[in-house]
Amino acid sequence: MKAASDASMPDSTFLDSTELVLNMGPQHPSTHGVLRVILKLDGEKILGTDCVIGYLHRGVEKIAENRTWAQFNPYVDRMDYVASVSNGLGYCLAVEKLLNIEAPPRAQVVRVILTELNRIASHLVWLGTHALDIGAITPVFYCFREREETLNIFEKYCGARLTTHAFRIGGLQYQTYDGFEQDVKAFCDMFPPKVDEYEELLTGNRIWKGRLTNVGVLTADECKEYGVTGPMLRAAGVKWDLRKAQPYSGYEKYDFEIPTRQNGDTFDRYVVRMQEMRQAVRIIRQAVESIPEGPIMGKVPKVIKPPVGEAYVSIEAPKGELGYYVVSDGGVQPYRVRVRPPSFVNLQALDRMVRGGLVADIVAVIGTLDIVLGEVDR
Amino acid sequence: MADEQKPGGSEAPLPAGGGAAKQPAKPSPPKPPATMAATPWESDLARELKERFGGQIGETSTYLGQNFIAAKPEAAVPILEYLKLEADFDYLVDITAVDWPKRPERFDLVYIVYSFPRNERVRIKVQIPDGYKPATAVGVHLTANWLEREVFDMFGIEFAGHPDMRRILMPEDWQGYPLRKDYSILRQDQRWVQENLGIESGQ
Repeated sequence: MKAASDASMPDSTFLDSTELVLNMGPQHPSTHGVLRVILKLDGEKILGTDCVIGYLHRGVEKIAENRTWAQFNPYVDRMDYVASVSNGLGYCLAVEKLLNIEAPPRAQVVRVILTELNRIASHLVWLGTHALDIGAITPVFYCFREREETLNIFEKYCGARLTTHAFRIGGLQYQTYDGFEQDVKAFCDMFPPKVDEYEELLTGNRIWKGRLTNVGVLTADECKEYGVTGPMLRAAGVKWDLRKAQPYSGYEKYDFEIPTRQNGDTFDRYVVRMQEMRQAVRIIRQAVESIPEGPIMGKVPKVIKPPVGEAYVSIEAPKGELGYYVVSDGGVQPYRVRVRPPSFVNLQALDRMVRGGLVADIVAVIGTLDIVLGEVDR
Repeated sequence: MADEQKPGGSEAPLPAGGGAAKQPAKPSPPKPPATMAATPWESDLARELKERFGGQIGETSTYLGQNFIAAKPEAAVPILEYLKLEADFDYLVDITAVDWPKRPERFDLVYIVYSFPRNERVRIKVQIPDGYKPATAVGVHLTANWLEREVFDMFGIEFAGHPDMRRILMPEDWQGYPLRKDYSILRQDQRWVQENLGIESGQ
């Protein structure tokens, strides 16, 4: 394109150039943070992409090696900051595995309630921004209105709204507050009709369908090849959810479905996430009816020193498989904490999803990936 | 590869250096260097692998109910391929490394694979010395591309045959590999910070 500004160039030079390299981001509202995508275009067609990431890299894994096991706990909230409760749950479960302990039943049920509320909050952020990117302005206001209700519960429970540090290694620090059950039940009654409302706005909407159907298709085999998990994998027809496949925190006790779709396009991922919100409400309802009495903290030593060893523990975070590979050398500090972030791995499939598509689709596809750059870059 | 020790720009303000655990106030009683209390892992899969790969596979063990295989570095990719094609381990979950600076084979390279049909997870662990270039797994699992780039970025382990061996999270011209144990948490590439951010120090 440089040639265009050079007046001495014959016109044909400009007309012959078919490929255009376009830079998108890092400061771009549709990249949901600081993601830079370099696009190679032929007219409107995308020939290839290259992601430049790392703008939010804070060296979380390095920090872990310089903190004690318990001190590192709040840091994990800062990775996927719209689903901080899930991050904390994964980390606590990993360290508990190393210590070979389990949280008491009451703590486990409260953990499930908060984690599922957080899944709803995360999906609402996804839905609002995804719709906004595509040009539907209204849903974002509705979504953030309902998300506020979940954040209020977090705030009442632990004082924080986003980076909650809700769980501790071995259980919970705080008892549930008076009226916790009522608040959660009120949310469960209030929320499903709101999902109907969003669906009313979007699911049958011709523009919405036109922008999403057959866009960014990722088949089941491609998902496995790229290690893509979570709603993206389920939208491609793979009925796989870690809460069912390898249950943790007592998920095996709850009755819920794994929503799946067949086409693996952006519209199917939308449908899967919408249904997941309904399923999350279903889990919360069962959990809140069955909060047992009892202690909220397991037998954890004051100074946490897991025996020499290693473990890999993963959970079904709102975005996919979130794993922690933790190594202990018997000391008070982790020897190594590796985070297996779903956003990072899923983002790698971006190129496959948009190649050959139109440049307008890239915004839809970044939205449907549901990435959080804090987690991609760590 | 060996230029991570940059005498000018780096600083290690903490005499403990080495990055190995700095004990807070109360020193813990000295312990004998314990090892992981893993037990042997006996299963059809472990036997199959041993038959197929013979001496290239070391112990097959299990710890806290999680199975892992120790292997020779050059066997890692063939094992991944075998597991994918013959045993349905079709999902490469993660590749990462652990730095053990006192060991001659300095790094543990860890591959975690999962099988959807079997609902089973296995770790493959190989030990490699500094400067060894393990073969890339991109030919077996495409997802290895970014995962290996991150290992290279953080540990300086270069993967032979990788299609795009660049840094991924750190700036391209950054000196040093942050997750090595001899890279202090306060250390930074002063030259990079001054040239690119226009400030004296990032601290």
